[in-house]
Amino acid sequence: MLTLYGQDLRSRLLLGTARYPSPAALEDAVRSSGTEIVTVSLRRETAGGRQGGAFFELIRALGVHVLPNTAGCHSVSEAVLTAKMAREVFGTNWLKLEVIGHHDTLQPDVFALVEAARILSDEGFEVFPYTTDDLVVAERLLEAGCKVLMPWCAPIGSAMGPQNIPALRAIRANFPDVPLIVDAGIGRPSHATTVMELGFDAVLLNTAVAGAARPALMASAFAAAIDAGRQAFEAGMLEPRDFAVPSTPVIGKAVFA
Amino acid sequence: MRVLIKGAGVAGLCLAHELSTRGIAVTVAERTPGFAGAASWFAGGMLAPWCERESAEEAVLTKGVGAIDWWDDALPGAVSRNGTLVVAPPRDAGELKRFASRTSGFDWLDAAAIERLEPALAGRFREALFFPGEAHLDPRLALSQLRQKLADRGVTFIAEMGDGGEHDLIADCTGAARIGATPGLRGVRGEMLYLRTGEVELSRPVRLIHPRIPLYIVPRGDGLFMCGATMIETDDGGPITARSLMELLNAAYALHPAFGEARLVETGTGVRPGFANNLPRVTRAGQVITINGLYRHGFLLSPALAAEAAELAVAPALKGDAA
Repeated sequence: MLTLYGQDLRSRLLLGTARYPSPAALEDAVRSSGTEIVTVSLRRETAGGRQGGAFFELIRALGVHVLPNTAGCHSVSEAVLTAKMAREVFGTNWLKLEVIGHHDTLQPDVFALVEAARILSDEGFEVFPYTTDDLVVAERLLEAGCKVLMPWCAPIGSAMGPQNIPALRAIRANFPDVPLIVDAGIGRPSHATTVMELGFDAVLLNTAVAGAARPALMASAFAAAIDAGRQAFEAGMLEPRDFAVPSTPVIGKAVFA
Repeated sequence: MRVLIKGAGVAGLCLAHELSTRGIAVTVAERTPGFAGAASWFAGGMLAPWCERESAEEAVLTKGVGAIDWWDDALPGAVSRNGTLVVAPPRDAGELKRFASRTSGFDWLDAAAIERLEPALAGRFREALFFPGEAHLDPRLALSQLRQKLADRGVTFIAEMGDGGEHDLIADCTGAARIGATPGLRGVRGEMLYLRTGEVELSRPVRLIHPRIPLYIVPRGDGLFMCGATMIETDDGGPITARSLMELLNAAYALHPAFGEARLVETGTGVRPGFANNLPRVTRAGQVITINGLYRHGFLLSPALAAEAAELAVAPALKGDAA
């Protein structure tokens, strides 16, 4: 069982809601993934309109926990403002905090991230910070009040999969009791299995599912891969070794056959 | 039989054409004179069923593939059958492969072949996808010409949206105006702009693939280019945002730097009506037939939807006559 800010969850997959071919495709993906948390960007869909956010209605109707995010925010003040709007729209203190430092690569601005995390935690937000795999930044985020960390394993949308396994191991080893969610960079189910085998608590995905030819099928593939990685971690894996070890004992076998 | 069509966007006019072709007396009620309220006025006018298949359901391809001939028959000379060119910046070459894996009906082009098709893009892209079967039209010209053709045929255009009392059948083609009234219908905002420059010539729609800011540019002739379009989940039809304008212009500039010196002659916003699966519907309830949910496929799917609606309109009447 995974617990995030006091909320118990069965699924270890968090799903983004952007860039699906249609709302119906999004709903199918959410259902087949078994996810209990979806992330929603607040920036552009809030433009208004007669329906007062038909897309948000659709998200609420999914019946899962909503984790609003500050995607596209480039400064502390922008992120804090967006966070407050999100709290009003969705009635939740949960917030995926994203402060972008570089327009093109969408790399997090970790300095602004820590500052915004401190401000928002002080105001009662339960912050899920999207960060790099830097150990010291992780420490600062925890000091700022975060109880969950979401390191990337590669840049957003890159589909490259885990690029720095030692860094991911180091974060896991240093913060054994902090829920750690790999956010961004996962391209295929085997990537998700890999990070779950490292002992990460959950995986957050968007493009890998939304951009698949059949998003719902990919969502269930990821759900299975994440389960497999988690079970493997709990079961305890063999460490690789340099020489062969027979799986059947050789002692007592007829050797003159 | 007399039919009142509500809505004079692309769906309403296509239906008027289908019905009047079948000898049915048609009146078209427009909410506002001209087309300014219709999403079709802001459309790209790409007849691109193969490209659209990248993110749309198979039905968009199967129902859309006949649209090119339909428009060519209805308005001879209005359709340019020059195909579609799809390019990506070198660093996003993987996106082009992804696009190719989701679509069919294309050829891979190398730099030399791109230059033969569109000399203005010479040296700018190493590879491209070319969809030779696709076509495009000027939506504003097509709407005006179709309206004129219908008027010449004796179709009446009226300004008010009455209850259709003196008609046997009402066809609701009011699109986004039904948002809030039709369950499940939502608006998807699309912002677009027109650029004018004499420094670039294109013969066909060009799509620039970008992971976040996809762009299409459709040449309208005389140095005019339509650039679109954003896809934002809201029915807010207000003016284009600074961010969208910046992103569309950035993408146009990436396609060709000469667009940086072009004149920005118009910006516009249309609200596309869409159902959850982004596929359109034709329904009949009593004496009301409804076409809606054309999403971003108004010019591509209206011909097929209008034909379905016309069959729905005619079929029960025939049964009634036989009885």
